[in-house]
Amino acid sequence: MLELIVISTLNGVLSGMQLFLMASGLTVIFSMLGVLNLAHASFYMLGAFFGYQISRWFGFWPALLIAPLLAGAIGAGVERFGLRRVHNSGHVAELLFTFGLAFAIEELVQIIWGKSPVDFRVPPSLDFPAFTIFSTNYPVYKMFMLLVSVAIFTALLITLKKTRIGLIVQAALTHPHMVGHLGHNVGRIFMLVFGIGTALAAVAGVIAGPALVTQSNMAGSLGPILFVVVVVGGLGSLPGAFVASLLIGLIQTFAVSMNGSLAGAFGPLGAADEPTWLADIWGVTIAQIAPVIPYALLVLILIFRPMGLLGTRDT
Amino acid sequence: MLEVRDLHAYYGKSHILQGVGMRIDAGEVVSLLGRNGVGRSTTVKAIIGEVQPHGSILFKGHNIAGLPSHKIAHLGLGYVPEHRDIFPGLTVRQNLMLGIKDPRKPGKWRLEDMLEMFPNLAARADTAAGVMSGGEKQMLTICRTLMGDPELVMIDEPTEGLAPIIVQQVGDLIAEIARRGVAILLVEQKLSIAMRISHRLYVMGHGRIVFEGTPADLKANGAIRREWLEV
Repeated sequence: MLELIVISTLNGVLSGMQLFLMASGLTVIFSMLGVLNLAHASFYMLGAFFGYQISRWFGFWPALLIAPLLAGAIGAGVERFGLRRVHNSGHVAELLFTFGLAFAIEELVQIIWGKSPVDFRVPPSLDFPAFTIFSTNYPVYKMFMLLVSVAIFTALLITLKKTRIGLIVQAALTHPHMVGHLGHNVGRIFMLVFGIGTALAAVAGVIAGPALVTQSNMAGSLGPILFVVVVVGGLGSLPGAFVASLLIGLIQTFAVSMNGSLAGAFGPLGAADEPTWLADIWGVTIAQIAPVIPYALLVLILIFRPMGLLGTRDT
Repeated sequence: MLEVRDLHAYYGKSHILQGVGMRIDAGEVVSLLGRNGVGRSTTVKAIIGEVQPHGSILFKGHNIAGLPSHKIAHLGLGYVPEHRDIFPGLTVRQNLMLGIKDPRKPGKWRLEDMLEMFPNLAARADTAAGVMSGGEKQMLTICRTLMGDPELVMIDEPTEGLAPIIVQQVGDLIAEIARRGVAILLVEQKLSIAMRISHRLYVMGHGRIVFEGTPADLKANGAIRREWLEV
């Protein structure tokens, strides 16, 4: 039992920090530009595929640096030459634009790398167990993922709170016009934020690629969870995204490792043995419903606290 | 310094500004008066680009009509909006810092001077600006714009909703800015402050300038005051 808790907590925090790498960019872009970037997870996928390709040519470490830069540059270009032009046509046009972009990126990835998973492996220098707790070998690569996520989180926090550009970004979150009147180039800040946000998603992609499966549907499977995170945390709230990322990461990992069911919980009092039409529901394990839990949480949040856990917006 | 000619602006289909013309010289304090809804704020917003301007707006010889707001700011034209857009999550000090356009080129207003001039702001330098009173927020907005070293500041309704004693302080601050050689365009509804500190006044009515002159001229012209200013 203790083993399960320790391992699941480690995995949950790791998965939460990975989610936060993406959710942070998504939520900052949302508060600043007022647009929910539906293609955000596509940049995560681009990161993984760029990482795979570059690591084949130059090795994993250069890939970890170059792939996010490349994806970030594409992100900045998307803002500068795409979103900014669409912006005048209103929010629906912006949403449609990012929606279409997600499809375009997925198709492009399929054309270049095909539909089946590519062979993106953990680099040999990180492919050994970090430590053994109880009887489980915990891979060093997972610790590396955690380290990178925490390092980026810390760097982001310091930049945002302590540097001048961070202060300008914070001010532009709520009052973009006023920031412009004070002489700061808001358009350039938007482009920068979009670029950094998409680069962060790509970092998550590069480090998650070898651990998970690098495949052209990875954006589609991650995107919905990402939106759950930012809505549960509160749209536009960075601390909210952090809390929600960890929460969802932990819920997901704990849920898949639990075998409890309603029948088990009620024990001998339960009606599990009787062949009623409810019998199936009694027997469903938590692990089986694990993928649904984040969405159930989303529904509960939308009913009881529509602004999200730490959100401030009324609408 | 600032010369506006035949300025028109629209909100949807309504024609709000119908050929406004005005001029502000270096170091001059000019007030723009008029009742609610005659287009005073819209005039300032059209100059700064927040409302799409049609017409000619020359600032130090550059036509700034429709320029991006940061370029207008960099030419030396400051703007203090009527709704006191402080950055509520940042501290007073951080708000002031963001007024500086280029940290490598210090202007004539230093952070220390500002805090010295306003003990209220100094006492709260490291608290979030969002919790301050309306008067303090107004002072902060004006000071923040001054940190960018503007040659002309346009201040929209600085005394709206403030207690009389605070109105007096805001008036003193504006007079002090003028004394340091910064030109001011003050948009006001209250005659008292405008009459006290302005060199010249414009009165607006129905989207046009209906009167131009010194405070003494306006005092002598009862007809204008009755028709366009007094309620």
